[in-house]
Amino acid sequence: MEKMIRLAHGAGGVLSHELHKYIVERLGGQDASALADGAVLDLDEMGAGQGGRLVFTTDSFVIVPRKFPGGDIGKLAVCGTINDLAVMGARPVAISMALVIEEGLETEKLGEYLESAAMVAAECDVRIVTGDTKVVERGSADRLFINTSGIGITEGGNEIGPQMARPGQKILINGNLGDHSIAVVSAREGLSFAGQIESDCAPLFGLIGNVLEAAGGKVKVMRDPTRGGLASVLNEIAGSSRVNIRIDEAEIPVNDKVMGACGLLGYDVFHLANEGKCVFFIEDDDGAVENALQAMHAHPLGRDAAVIGEVEGIVDEGATPRVILKTIIGGRRIIDVLTGDLLPRIC
Amino acid sequence: MIGREIVVLNEERFRDPRLAKALIDRIQKLIETVAQRKEGLLGTDENPINLMEVCGTHTVNIFRSGLRSIFDEMPGLRLLSGPGCPVCVTTNMDIDAALAIAARDDVVFATFGDMVKVPGSKKSFAVLKAEGASIRLIYSPTELIEIAESAPDKQVSFLSIGFETTTPGIAYAIKKAKALGIRNLSIVASNKLVPPALNALCANPDVNLNGFVLPGHVTTIIGLAPYEPVARDFAMPCVVTGFEPVDILRGVEMLVAQLSEGRAEVECAYRRAVPVNGNPDARKIMSQVFEPTDMRWRGLGVIPQSGLKLNAQYEDFDARNRFNVEASEEIENPKCRCGDVLIGKCLPTECELFGRGCDPEHPLGACMVSSEGTCAAYYRFGFT
Repeated sequence: MEKMIRLAHGAGGVLSHELHKYIVERLGGQDASALADGAVLDLDEMGAGQGGRLVFTTDSFVIVPRKFPGGDIGKLAVCGTINDLAVMGARPVAISMALVIEEGLETEKLGEYLESAAMVAAECDVRIVTGDTKVVERGSADRLFINTSGIGITEGGNEIGPQMARPGQKILINGNLGDHSIAVVSAREGLSFAGQIESDCAPLFGLIGNVLEAAGGKVKVMRDPTRGGLASVLNEIAGSSRVNIRIDEAEIPVNDKVMGACGLLGYDVFHLANEGKCVFFIEDDDGAVENALQAMHAHPLGRDAAVIGEVEGIVDEGATPRVILKTIIGGRRIIDVLTGDLLPRIC
Repeated sequence: MIGREIVVLNEERFRDPRLAKALIDRIQKLIETVAQRKEGLLGTDENPINLMEVCGTHTVNIFRSGLRSIFDEMPGLRLLSGPGCPVCVTTNMDIDAALAIAARDDVVFATFGDMVKVPGSKKSFAVLKAEGASIRLIYSPTELIEIAESAPDKQVSFLSIGFETTTPGIAYAIKKAKALGIRNLSIVASNKLVPPALNALCANPDVNLNGFVLPGHVTTIIGLAPYEPVARDFAMPCVVTGFEPVDILRGVEMLVAQLSEGRAEVECAYRRAVPVNGNPDARKIMSQVFEPTDMRWRGLGVIPQSGLKLNAQYEDFDARNRFNVEASEEIENPKCRCGDVLIGKCLPTECELFGRGCDPEHPLGACMVSSEGTCAAYYRFGFT
């Protein structure tokens, strides 16, 4: 394999075959037909029982830098899709991966990203079953874009969704807010906040499975606060369920360094993206909340888990559902949705 | 890109709820003392003590920390927001000049991040970028040197905004560029000074203030002395403070204490960061490159000697001259009350455009444009 991807690698000839072979190998050398144009999935083999339903999701990944503390674009692409399935209550079973490569990308780097994608997939027992590769001219893409789609299976039964928030439910999160955004911004801009902050990029399927097991049918809403952060997710849920939500600042887990970085750059921690966090709304009876919290604390991705707030009242017709923060010093304010991009302020 | 190690101070004790509670109780007692002292003329709901926080970072942190809701419920006291957001007070004239330069094919245009969305009279940097202009976001003015050196066949230009905190870094970059013989760098100078704006506020008969909460960051550069004339000539209590809730509460407490004792002095509640004499080296480099000039502030009009322009030695770096940009006319929406908001004469919510045509995604006025603008803060965090 050549050191750099050239346009000819996308032309369909011998070089394309080489690239294709390279990709399949890096993705873990799965069965020879792994990256064929389509995959045939056997529902029985996947363990879809009676009443089981398929969940289907897709997401595209564009990030600069492609490698950052705690992950890279390959890991992010697989985690993102696994997490989208997991928060739907589904067990991920198969993923597709489409690559748009700008000519000039170093082959070795592509290999690294694919290997980290394969590693996460293997860890979660998910197969990358089909894919596509396009090589585009310099200037037509920013080095590498990845699209992943995923199929998962849910047993059905318990209805989970953003419209299911009801007064009295407790709101839980499995750990520190904002690590991913600050890790990426630091790597991109060459900033260092008294040592490195690592992205929280991780597959949440295992943790979510444990929580669902521990809290039975009491889990009513699950969402991963990625781009737009906790603020976006909570406002969306408040809007879908037409409820007010209250969050307690004192209970929200945040790394000190992330807090410091926010102060410096003028970011609101509630707007920062996370790639390994899930917000749960859980009915507070039969010890479900305590059980869920314990299940999270017992999992490596949930050591800093906390109950951060609760659903307050149903909103009157015509009124706007609010997400309200009770601040550390006892004041109150609205948690707003991020407008536009996250931009650093000047002073 | 150079690596930059940033020390993060542990400021937790300045967010201590017990300390905050104690200060809130003390402020309330002091307000009662003021009300007794002035025989009901000040410190009552009919005639509240009007304090102004001048700095945009204070405005935002007062909301973020929930202090706004606490002050709103405190009888006899009002906290008003002033003209201290450098993005907000940058005129359309300056933004239009920068946009005209940025649109040129031979120019790489650099700007601070929170300037990107700000609309000029026709478009913003964000729109211009989407149209194909080369726009670079920078965190520190020293990046201008790197950009200019890495693009020798391009002109690199920069919209230079900010108060005394930001300006020394820009002056340093310009001075270094000259020393290095860099000829493809220029700036649209729109830097402003805080003390002349305070003077203008105090001299304005429409403004009814009883004290200033002054910005800690600016004071780390200029020191306490430049505020003395404001305190003396207008009998205006002035307290410099930091940006954590306890800092802000302590600042307010010291202001109300001055009122209760009939004093009007310059005091500092932010000694851990502010040397009394500020930073003479930073001021020196600023004065080597810039000189004071009359300047127009968005919403406030022209304030004498309140801005900075490049001095004769550095005028080669003036982008307006280099690119022959003509001054446009300053047009503001006649219904917009930013001018009144910036001097504390009205609250953002009292403007008829607020939330009805003017919001952070589609700002019409100065105070809605930046994340640290007063109207934007009310819109994002307020219970209106």
